[in-house]
Amino acid sequence: MNGDIGLWAVPLAMIGGAIRVSTPFLFVSLGEVITERSGRINLGLEGTLVFGAMAGYALAYLTGSAWAGVGAAALAGLLFGLVHGLLCSLPKVNDIAIGIALMLLGTGLAFFFGKPFIQPVAPDLPAINLGWWSDLPQVQAALRVNVLFLVGAALAVALAWMLRKTRIGLTLRVVGDSSDAARALGIRPARVRILATAFGGALAGIGGAYLSLFYPGSWNEGISSGQGLIAVALVIFARWSPINAFFAALLFGAAGALGPALQSVGVTQGYYLFYAAPFVLTLIVLVLSSSKSGALTGAPRELSITK
Amino acid sequence: MNAPALPEAASRVRRGAVGIETVGMTMRFGSFTALDAVSIKVRPGSFHALLGENGAGKSTLVKCIMGFYHATSGDLLIDGFDGHVRDPRDAHAKGLGMVYQHFTLVPALTAAENLVISRADVPAVVDWAEELTALRAFMDAMPFRVPLTEPVHRMAAGEKQKLEILKQLYLGRRFLILDEPTSVLTPDEADEVLGHVKALCASGALSVLMITHKFREVTAFADEVTVLRRGRHVGSGLVADLSHADMAAMMMGDARPAAPAARAETSGAPVLELVGIRARDRSGLKEIAIDGLSVRAGEIVGIAGISGNGQMELMEILTGQRATSAGTMRVHGAPYRATRGEERRLKVRYLPEEPLHNACAPRMSVAENIGFRSFEAAGAGTRFWLAPGEMRRRAERLVADYKVKTTSVEAPIAALSGGNVQRAVLSRELDGEVDLLIISNPCFGLDFIAVAEIRSRIMAARNAGAAVLLMSEDLDEILELADRVLVMSEGRIVYECAAAEADIPTLGRHMGGHA
Repeated sequence: MNGDIGLWAVPLAMIGGAIRVSTPFLFVSLGEVITERSGRINLGLEGTLVFGAMAGYALAYLTGSAWAGVGAAALAGLLFGLVHGLLCSLPKVNDIAIGIALMLLGTGLAFFFGKPFIQPVAPDLPAINLGWWSDLPQVQAALRVNVLFLVGAALAVALAWMLRKTRIGLTLRVVGDSSDAARALGIRPARVRILATAFGGALAGIGGAYLSLFYPGSWNEGISSGQGLIAVALVIFARWSPINAFFAALLFGAAGALGPALQSVGVTQGYYLFYAAPFVLTLIVLVLSSSKSGALTGAPRELSITK
Repeated sequence: MNAPALPEAASRVRRGAVGIETVGMTMRFGSFTALDAVSIKVRPGSFHALLGENGAGKSTLVKCIMGFYHATSGDLLIDGFDGHVRDPRDAHAKGLGMVYQHFTLVPALTAAENLVISRADVPAVVDWAEELTALRAFMDAMPFRVPLTEPVHRMAAGEKQKLEILKQLYLGRRFLILDEPTSVLTPDEADEVLGHVKALCASGALSVLMITHKFREVTAFADEVTVLRRGRHVGSGLVADLSHADMAAMMMGDARPAAPAARAETSGAPVLELVGIRARDRSGLKEIAIDGLSVRAGEIVGIAGISGNGQMELMEILTGQRATSAGTMRVHGAPYRATRGEERRLKVRYLPEEPLHNACAPRMSVAENIGFRSFEAAGAGTRFWLAPGEMRRRAERLVADYKVKTTSVEAPIAALSGGNVQRAVLSRELDGEVDLLIISNPCFGLDFIAVAEIRSRIMAARNAGAAVLLMSEDLDEILELADRVLVMSEGRIVYECAAAEADIPTLGRHMGGHA
């Protein structure tokens, strides 16, 4: 088969990249949507992501099962989220400062414990070939979709449904919108926030496991290029909606795939500049969604950045 | 009229009104007695008003009834039986409910979501079609209704207050405490809401204990009244037997407020002029549009309106805190951008609402706060080194003049009570020559004595030739002080009249945007 499709390779690689690169964004931002909907902001997710990548890779290597790795990463993330949630429930503790501390702690611990796992090879997560109908290897490569991406997409829908239709969702929205109202209803805001932060941490851990177990698919210290932080910005861009977060993650994934895609078609000059596309996009999004007067619409009113 | 039908989930509590009685209720916090052997009786189906100054013990009493506090001694009877209340949840189970002064609704949720989440037995997965049918059936049995699918933050204050009361009925509460329920409503809205509450009482569905300081509402709606002063029960009776003067005498005891200052004849040139001002409001979605506003020397112009209709933004424009997109602001004919130099040269002074937060550095001393206008002035020029001795003497003189109660001028201003912070800030702003005074809600949350004194100071400034712009949510305050009344609604001045010709129903209609 003739595999030369010329410049069409760029958009095709970006679609494939969007699916491949977006998964960690998707998990981290879905988790952060839930955390922020409860009125907390967890900036430590970058650290959770890196630690999740290390823990997931290590467990997958030791047990030989990639799914055991994903479980371990989720558990590690859950613990990081719990620590953040518990610390922030103490009086006069600022969630942003704790987040930054946990980001540094998470990456530091991951590097410390991850040293022995840089060389060994762990099993990969399975992928589904949705491109079987095409003869083009590029199409097949682009549509090799990881199971976690599909799980994330389903999770976005499930979380949106949960926020609208269930008691847990309503409780979460009450706590995020007004602590006073929540207390008047007999809800304990601190407990809801701790659980929401723990849930967000677990999802960020899974996002990390995806990094080390599928794409790029190995553990090293430079595995995350700030995805955890970008995902937090994504949540604001997505206006705290899980469905929007899904599309925002795809958009950022596509931007992240721009650099490698150009490189693959032989653009040799300045493609490093295109590697910066997600960061430029982050800045543009934040500037466009900012407002000189008045608070963000749709923001949970208890969020410390909107108060 | 039948007792309103309730959905299955909420109908477990009794259907008829609940009566309560406190017997010798006493509450001590350390050595301070907040409540001293207070006995009141609210008969089932009655509308009972609870009157008193700030700090008279009204809140303490209702918190004891609702189980927020445990009374040091004394008993609570519910329907004549011993009704020991362990905590608010226990009070709710016994059919007692409270509507707080500040809304406890969740702004981002719809009315229906607010009602459902407030229930104790929210199902894990909510079937909204079924819930909405049940809620509509409940609403149909009520004398008033609110839109169910509208988010609460888009509702008018009157609708929110109605929803709060509906929520209590929906939850099966049959004795309601209303804490100053009309403080954020227009006169029309207040009359409507209280009229409905009175009808519910008359039908035997509800008993109400309403905390208020508005005599007019007591006379128009309540059956009985109890007056507290300094934690003691000082009088009670049928509303029909008592005049406003009787109630005021009970509330104040021996203290006498300053007589309203006389209004001197004045006429002067325009001092403040706004033309064609346009700015964004806080949400950034609506526009503030002031086509023309002028205040003459020796005149008080009152701006009435319900909070959230652009008064706060107008204050920010006048203080230079909010950018305008068009229009001019002039003081004495000169362009004015509210810089410190202009304020001093043109003698413009401000008294914003909540002065502790908006006009003070709370942890700095009273003397320093009083010095904020003048600390760097040396005659007409400025100084580099501060003059602490001079600042201190000046503060001491003003503290004495304005009767600010403080342990010393070195005490942090945050340690002062609301009325004393207001006096201290007023002393700073009114010291020296004042040509233009811009004021927002100067008497919010203050007691009778402080209110009368602050209003007489404002009137004195007017009589001395200052132009005064007064923004207030308290219509009575505007009618007492202003020479000219403007009404602000939806970011615009929608009505103007001379204070002497002002008519409350007309003003109320314009405030509500219904004219």
